[in-house]
Amino acid sequence: MDRRKFLMGGAVLGCSAAASPFVTPVAMAAAPWDARLVVIILRGAMDGVDVIQPYGDPALAALRPTLFNGEAADLDGFYALHPAFEPLRPLWTAAEFGAVQAVSTPYRDKRSHFDGQDILEAGLPDLTGGGLRDGWLNRMLQVVPGLEPEVAFAIGREQMLVLSGDAPASRWSPDARLMISPNARALLNVVHHDDPLFRDASEDAIAIAEQISLEADLAEETEAMMAGSPMMEAVSRGGEHVKIAEFAASRLRADTRIASFSINGWDTHARQSNGMRRGARALSDTILTLKAGLGSAWDKTAVLCLTEFGRTARENGSGGTDHGTGGAMLFAGGALRGGQVIGDWPGLGDGDLYAGRDLLPTRDVRAHVAWVMRGLIGLDQAVLEQAIFPGLELGPNPGLVR
Amino acid sequence: MPFDPTIAAIRFGMGLSPTIAPPVSVADMLVRLAGPDTIAAEIPIPTYTDVYPSPLDYRDATRALRAAQGTDAEEAADTHRQQVRQDGHQLLLTHIRSDLTRAAHTQDGFRERLARFWADHFTARPTKGIDRHLVSPYIEEAIRPHVAGNFADMLVAVVGSPMMIWFLDQHQSMGPNSPAARGGDRGLNENLARELLELHTLGVGGAYRQTDVRELAELLTGISANAQRGGYFRPERAEPGAERVLGVDYGGGEPSIEDVNAGLRGIAMHPDTARHLARKLVVHFISPTPDVDLVEAMAARYLENGGVLMGMYEVMLGHEGAWSPDALKVKQPFDFIASSVRALGVPRGKIMTAGQRVIRRSVQIPMTVMGQTWQRPVGPDGWPEEEENWITPQGMAGRITWSMQVPQNLLDRLPDPREFVFTALGPTPPEAVLFAANAAETVSDGVGLVLASAAFQRR
Repeated sequence: MDRRKFLMGGAVLGCSAAASPFVTPVAMAAAPWDARLVVIILRGAMDGVDVIQPYGDPALAALRPTLFNGEAADLDGFYALHPAFEPLRPLWTAAEFGAVQAVSTPYRDKRSHFDGQDILEAGLPDLTGGGLRDGWLNRMLQVVPGLEPEVAFAIGREQMLVLSGDAPASRWSPDARLMISPNARALLNVVHHDDPLFRDASEDAIAIAEQISLEADLAEETEAMMAGSPMMEAVSRGGEHVKIAEFAASRLRADTRIASFSINGWDTHARQSNGMRRGARALSDTILTLKAGLGSAWDKTAVLCLTEFGRTARENGSGGTDHGTGGAMLFAGGALRGGQVIGDWPGLGDGDLYAGRDLLPTRDVRAHVAWVMRGLIGLDQAVLEQAIFPGLELGPNPGLVR
Repeated sequence: MPFDPTIAAIRFGMGLSPTIAPPVSVADMLVRLAGPDTIAAEIPIPTYTDVYPSPLDYRDATRALRAAQGTDAEEAADTHRQQVRQDGHQLLLTHIRSDLTRAAHTQDGFRERLARFWADHFTARPTKGIDRHLVSPYIEEAIRPHVAGNFADMLVAVVGSPMMIWFLDQHQSMGPNSPAARGGDRGLNENLARELLELHTLGVGGAYRQTDVRELAELLTGISANAQRGGYFRPERAEPGAERVLGVDYGGGEPSIEDVNAGLRGIAMHPDTARHLARKLVVHFISPTPDVDLVEAMAARYLENGGVLMGMYEVMLGHEGAWSPDALKVKQPFDFIASSVRALGVPRGKIMTAGQRVIRRSVQIPMTVMGQTWQRPVGPDGWPEEEENWITPQGMAGRITWSMQVPQNLLDRLPDPREFVFTALGPTPPEAVLFAANAAETVSDGVGLVLASAAFQRR
């Protein structure tokens, strides 16, 4: 597992970056761009063929006798939307939600979640050569020098490799609290003076806790806005993911420009209809909460939902699907051109499948992500193809950004 | 670097205690580990086979309720079913108390650490809410008896356990050409086979290919589980014919659990398995960048000894890097809490009788904030080893808050910080921690600063 190597590299460099941590509880200079980018990692491998169902492909019904059951309603004459994603249809209609079909990272054949996620978040062609050192979102930050840590936020309990690396980024979960007396806090600085890992983490914890309490009014404002938004009526219920989305929205309305978090639970080997319903609800709630919480900033926002790989074209013996290759990227936000399914459909017929079992990826999903970054932030082609996504050929513009 | 009792207790055990002396030598540690599991006998946790409520108890209660629907007996049946569910929840809290008590009061801390290491190696998550209290019984039955034994025995026990079978969907799998599949529409599920090669044995860099995953999945067919029988073999689901896994053929005659176990034992003795296990042990106990020669020496001993684990431990503990004064690992949240409880000298009775609210507020909620929800790692690969994953701003907020707030709820009277700094850190605590323990303005801050210090958090 090269995750460790990667983390080691990040730690060594992270110490120097953390010499200027997050100490001033006052909002600091923002990034030199205004667009918001939210990257959601769907861990477990989402079945893109089930979410955006290619009902126009004559081979689908035979491959998926129970999963393809005619309940999905049409999107564009070829694809239909899994019924559990219907809460997002108003966004589809408003051209604020869409999908890219038949894409994948360059990862092939071993179909391991952990390696697949490493490759997705590292943005590299493979894991050879010990090249896994940081995540592509972090490398994007590195090309814009002088950014403050709160420009980028990794949210939730899990480590987000995609945002780890040399460039300073913040990390927080909405349910953390910090209780420490001022005297003990000063002594803790003494205790941790010689251990950079503990010193920086403690200082950041204290600074973020203070800043959040100072911004309590901002949070209240968010709550008031969300209560008044008709979108929130569609959010079925609270939960960890809704809290994370609320927190992300409150930061993104201030100086944060990039936020990243995960939604787990897509590994639907058995009884996929149940797993898909849960995943769809979490993702729909998240996107609707972001839209409501972002207010007018939604128009400048791109939400990209990426997963490590797709699943087998054929459903298995237990009403589920196994690890595959090609899949879908979902996207949302007022900055993107929704209401369309982008991508070349390879077909599901005999001879069309990858290795005789998986949806054939027709394009590298990193190209779509790169084009979004280019459109939102204006990064140039060489930076995207060399620094952020090594080995990527950007190719033609898929027309994702408005 | 020579053996050091303080390092032995902290790096390879559950930490220092005001009442229990640390080990005096490597031989002392290994003799205890080879001897009886005393603390498990004193603080018992039921095995999966013995546990109440079992999945069968719950299934029976559900069936009884269904049968009683619309009759006078419905209310009583409903109450009974609720009670079974409630009993499971109560038992989960008792498991947490038992684990904490074992950790805080054992004389054999290395065994406690190994049990947690191997339970993480063979992570099995409950697939239903009603099964949440069954993880500890799974560990008690399939893992703990083998931590000083043979790895192949542990592997066979794990693969035969309903918890692993359900977690990785093995009960859904059947050979495509088996009698059971012929009439229906169900087939092979590769999940267990893949994780078995990728996580449990050879490791993701190991010398296996997709065809090995597929063949192993076919070999595993027949392994199944249900509420009534637990883990059991269903020959009608087994794929006919021999399966070739890593170049060796298994089975071919009448389908039998013996073919599956022979395959597991073969995979257990693969050189890549030896290396993977050795490396994981060193990464867990000593260093994120393991000494290559140490890993090779441990793997060689494992293979020489036919998969017996004790030899591997002996090589690890005999290596000079094991006793380096540089503490390169960070305690995971449970170990941080348990070693704090141990250093504080919280009595057995006090832990075992702690109320639900105390367990929630002192263990379950703080562990979640620190990033380690009790027995619920995200995936089958268990908890991460990297220190950066744990010592984040949020993780640190959880550790600091626990250190400052919780000890006073566990003890009527906190220890004097000026003494506690030695109890918790040994005879030579870092100057800065010694200073802070003396300079704190309250006893609880003083104790809290010791516990929150990197010196206590590292091992």
